[in-house]
Amino acid sequence: MWIHKKRASDIPESEVTDHKTYLNRRQFLNSSAAIVTASMLQSSIVDAAETPKPTFDKLLKSDFSTEDKLTSYESVTTYNNFYEFGTDKASPAILATKFPDKSKPWRVTIEGECDKPGEYDYDDLIRPFTLEERIYRFRCVEGWSMVIPWVGFPLADLIKRAQPNSRAKYVQFTTLYDPEQMPGQSRKVLDWPYVEGLRIDEAMNPLTLLSVGLYGNELLGQNGAPIRLVVPWKYGFKSIKSIVNIRFVEEMPNSAWMKAGPREYGFYSNVNPDVAHPRWSQSRERRIGEFLKRKTEMFNGYQEEVAGLYTGMDLKKNF
Amino acid sequence: MSKLKFTVFISSLVPFFWLAYALLTNQLGANPVEVITRDTGEWALRFLWLTLLITPLRAWTGWNILGTLRRMLGLYVFFYAVIHMLLYLWLDQSFDVAEIIKDIIKRPFITIGFFSFIALIPLAITSNNKMVKKLGGKRWKQLHKLTYFIAVASAVHFYMLVKQDKTEPLIYISLLIILFAVRLYKSNKKTVKMASSLR
Repeated sequence: MWIHKKRASDIPESEVTDHKTYLNRRQFLNSSAAIVTASMLQSSIVDAAETPKPTFDKLLKSDFSTEDKLTSYESVTTYNNFYEFGTDKASPAILATKFPDKSKPWRVTIEGECDKPGEYDYDDLIRPFTLEERIYRFRCVEGWSMVIPWVGFPLADLIKRAQPNSRAKYVQFTTLYDPEQMPGQSRKVLDWPYVEGLRIDEAMNPLTLLSVGLYGNELLGQNGAPIRLVVPWKYGFKSIKSIVNIRFVEEMPNSAWMKAGPREYGFYSNVNPDVAHPRWSQSRERRIGEFLKRKTEMFNGYQEEVAGLYTGMDLKKNF
Repeated sequence: MSKLKFTVFISSLVPFFWLAYALLTNQLGANPVEVITRDTGEWALRFLWLTLLITPLRAWTGWNILGTLRRMLGLYVFFYAVIHMLLYLWLDQSFDVAEIIKDIIKRPFITIGFFSFIALIPLAITSNNKMVKKLGGKRWKQLHKLTYFIAVASAVHFYMLVKQDKTEPLIYISLLIILFAVRLYKSNKKTVKMASSLR
């Protein structure tokens, strides 16, 4: 029998803002905290781009979804950090419209310390898995946040199929390297290709998602098409985009941001209001669509699900 | 007010009205607060660089009329810096004094930005003729050398807050180095001239 345990972040299905209500601007406006700037907020809602009709059908709803109000489709798809397409927020949406090139097959290699390595075409890779919708908070290391309805499946499902062996202590992910498709890679802002990693138990945590879509549709280039990681209790840069390689390794991977600034970006990069970035505070964040900043929650509000992964660890040292 | 002065006065307000208009018509993207904070900061920087450009430009072109613009441009530095600062105090910190003090003490880029703003205040206050008279030209000039500190501090402030791609702040820093180099070259030439005329 499947017994469902209630979690802090759980909410009844009935409380999730459904799509119609979400699109009902007036209601959205009335229910949002009325501040002096409400009139400005209104204009941003009136002009918002229409959310496309969902193309994924039969998506499972998830108990992990948050009740927080969704960030608009327009904001989610036009305000992106994806340095492979330029370092400002607007560039990816402009430069990644044709990404990934449909004429080139998207291959993902699974390798390293596992019994079932393999190289898969995108379709073959995701076929065995049941897609679900997960509404997660997403907190960027820069101090802004969103609420995004992802489409995907637990990374754990994929890992179980690959059968990692006892030497697999970490999982390393790599983004595509192709400066022709990703013009930002022609400037060495980061050490390309982008690499990220998780400890194996973090990777196996039921919250960790491999995402192939958002708002019921396939991922757009700027959001990390065709497949990306989503780790909601860590800063956004851990959620690596456009993955071509998943590798089980014994040693802790050295991520692109760790190489760029070892003092500023650690391996764990858990959302933590008490551990500041060396240059700025992490105690508050601006939720996109809001004007005043709100307090940042420990592990981005997912402490019940993930705090156990770090018991006994000094999170100031292991930032 | 001369025609030139009036034109500069009006065009210096264009960024302000553009930002206000773009905000109300939702043209600033998903994070308008970030855009306005960044842009007003950058406009303060641009006007400061312009004030520093006036002296060498006047010497080079011989257009003495340029000198009359410096005060106005300086006041626009203050105007955009005030908005920049208010946005930080209000929308980033919700006027939480304890948090703000903590931020100023703990975050070097905030510390530097804060002090360069503070240094602007006496310059703005003493910008009118009455204050020049009251202070006396020499002391007024001494005080207004603070501009150099403010320029360096705000360039550092900009450099430090950018996450990874430092191209833009480096452009401003290069321009500032040129502006300083021109001044040093000029004052050297003057000393040489003075030295040779003494001989």
